[in-house]
Amino acid sequence: MTTTKQPLSHLDWLESEAIYILREVAGQCSNPVLLFSGGKDSLCILRLAEKAFRPGKFPFPLMHIDTGHNYQEVLDFRDQRAAELGERLIVRSVEDSMKRGTVVLKSPDEPRNKHQSVTLLEAIEEFGFDCCIGGARRDEEKARAKERIMSFRDEFGQWDPKNQRPELWNLYNARSHKGENIRAFPISNWTEMDVWQYIERENLGLPSIYFSHNRDIIMRGGAMMPANVPLANGEVINQPKAGEEVINMQVRFRTVGDITCTAPVLSDADNVSKIVIETATTTITERGATRLDDQTSDASMEQRKKEGYF
Amino acid sequence: MNTLHNDSLLRFMTCGSVDDGKSTLIGRLLYDTKTILADTLTQISNTSKKRGMEAVDLSLLTDGLQAEREQGITIDVAYRYFSTGTRKYIIADAPGHEQYTRNMVTAASTANLAIILIDARRGVLTQTRRHSYLAHLVGIPHIVVAVNKMDLVNYDQAVYDKICADYLAFATEIGLQRDNHDIRFIPMSALNGDMLVDRLENMPWYTGETLIEMLEKAPAAHTEQSEAFRFPVQFVCRPHASDDPELHDFRGFMGRIESGEITVGDAVTVLPNGYQSKVKAIQLGADQLQSASTEQSVTLLLEDEIDTSRGDMIIKSAEAIEPVKQIEAFVCWLSETPLSTARTYIIRHTTRESKAKVGTISYKVDVNTLEQQATTDLKMNDIARISFKLAQPLMIDSYKNNRATGAFIIIDESTNNTVGAGMIV
Repeated sequence: MTTTKQPLSHLDWLESEAIYILREVAGQCSNPVLLFSGGKDSLCILRLAEKAFRPGKFPFPLMHIDTGHNYQEVLDFRDQRAAELGERLIVRSVEDSMKRGTVVLKSPDEPRNKHQSVTLLEAIEEFGFDCCIGGARRDEEKARAKERIMSFRDEFGQWDPKNQRPELWNLYNARSHKGENIRAFPISNWTEMDVWQYIERENLGLPSIYFSHNRDIIMRGGAMMPANVPLANGEVINQPKAGEEVINMQVRFRTVGDITCTAPVLSDADNVSKIVIETATTTITERGATRLDDQTSDASMEQRKKEGYF
Repeated sequence: MNTLHNDSLLRFMTCGSVDDGKSTLIGRLLYDTKTILADTLTQISNTSKKRGMEAVDLSLLTDGLQAEREQGITIDVAYRYFSTGTRKYIIADAPGHEQYTRNMVTAASTANLAIILIDARRGVLTQTRRHSYLAHLVGIPHIVVAVNKMDLVNYDQAVYDKICADYLAFATEIGLQRDNHDIRFIPMSALNGDMLVDRLENMPWYTGETLIEMLEKAPAAHTEQSEAFRFPVQFVCRPHASDDPELHDFRGFMGRIESGEITVGDAVTVLPNGYQSKVKAIQLGADQLQSASTEQSVTLLLEDEIDTSRGDMIIKSAEAIEPVKQIEAFVCWLSETPLSTARTYIIRHTTRESKAKVGTISYKVDVNTLEQQATTDLKMNDIARISFKLAQPLMIDSYKNNRATGAFIIIDESTNNTVGAGMIV
């Protein structure tokens, strides 16, 4: 076993693979879209898309499915980044689906993450997208470990784990019939650590809530909930219920999603290097620490994916 | 700059059945390299207790889907990740049963090393032969034969030595050695952790490397021999509508270097048309490179204006190949719908597609006995030697020489499903 050539570093390898996948989407699909939330994973994908397609324009628009419960800092960052890149940003809102009556909440403060699926499917139909590029990673959750790079969804956006196309070598099959859809995941093989190392290496900007800051917190169901968060429409959500105490803590977010179901972690990491070290030494998984909606049962992610969730 | 650094990446697969302790092996690797975090451990220890087990069942870490958990089996390829600080690993975890040959082939397609598990109590079995043959067929250069469950044979060296000798005899028989596969042996107990990450004290007679030492030293793909330059064009960048007048004539050929190296100034040929030019520039993002090599995704600019599109291949003029319209390959059938010799399929090879019809099926290989059998049909999990006639020329190498330009998939146009995987002879 003699080595004659220097292999790529793991970050270079992952970057090259992701660029390849993005270009396959562009080469095989006629009307793809890149889902962009302003979160760290999708910010990595934007950088990868720059490396894949510049000096040309991206061969797809960006789209955000807004639950209406997003942090204003993240939305501002989303808009700013899209403007800097000079790429088209489409925003579709769960609240519009609620107005249309296609999303019905059981209670007003119900987490809206799972309802994003409905709005996403409506947007896919509206624009006729044949492929949605997303930032999901296989290390995030058990049900994702078997996810394909190019994942096939039927006309109802459903993921059937037993009816996925075999994926061999790097010969991805993104073909679909009209109405069907491919979900493409260029950073499938990345871990949370890889994402942070890439952000550090590429010197990527991030919304401020990823870094340590002081915030009012209420403890609810054993998890930390950000308290009294103002929304763009003037509404304030996550107000403490009777008997709940508000405590000011030093926290940051490991993942950014719907305010009602994304919990921060205690942290004094105020720059990317410190976050890399914190990620290396943490004892809790990204979703375990921060995603309240995955904890209902061992199979909850699988269930949501079958219904068309990302 | 990076706060923490990983040198390289290794993709490997594990072959074995539930009974061989494969899930336990993976669970142990993840656990001992501290990849398993507290909340996941709590979750699986709760599940272990619910099922009435005394110790935490590390194999639960790798059961993903609800359907599988209910049946207690693994039915699809799962990918797992861990890192040692010096190397990142991607494990392809495939079920080992005969009816899952297609999953093994899928997992093997991206692996550079295979761990073949043998239960020390049972020795070399039919499934060991099957796993080894498939690893060989799919061209995995490094094979680690892991004799597991040594704790159940009192860590007896004689048992281990006999299994190694049996395996070598059969490896010679199927040509593993002739084709220069690197075969190594290791005794272990995945359950206890002997010889995985820690040596422990139960087998002082074994002085070779632990499993993790073998993995750390195993060469990454494409590093062991020089290869011809193959650059399938994925996408052509022509931003002529741009505001920037300098970009009006920009024509970038985007793709991933599947093998070999390229340097600015190299004479190249674009196939299948055979146009000749020279490399004017190599770009990766905003960086201008002087040269680039295997597995890098880059943009090539050529000196001459050549009409080139997705599916073409750029090669070095000095390493010319002839496009072909007929190929001979070993095919693993992946679909529940059998192969139909009357139908036309689509073959996707690199970034290129061609319609294809079956020419002749020479024989089918019994993956257990390795016997060749005459056949006229091909069902799921069958492997056969087949020739195809192509509508479009393909730029191929033999799979043995090049795993990227020697491989293809077969697509059923009516369903768009991937129904077969081919390795060109």
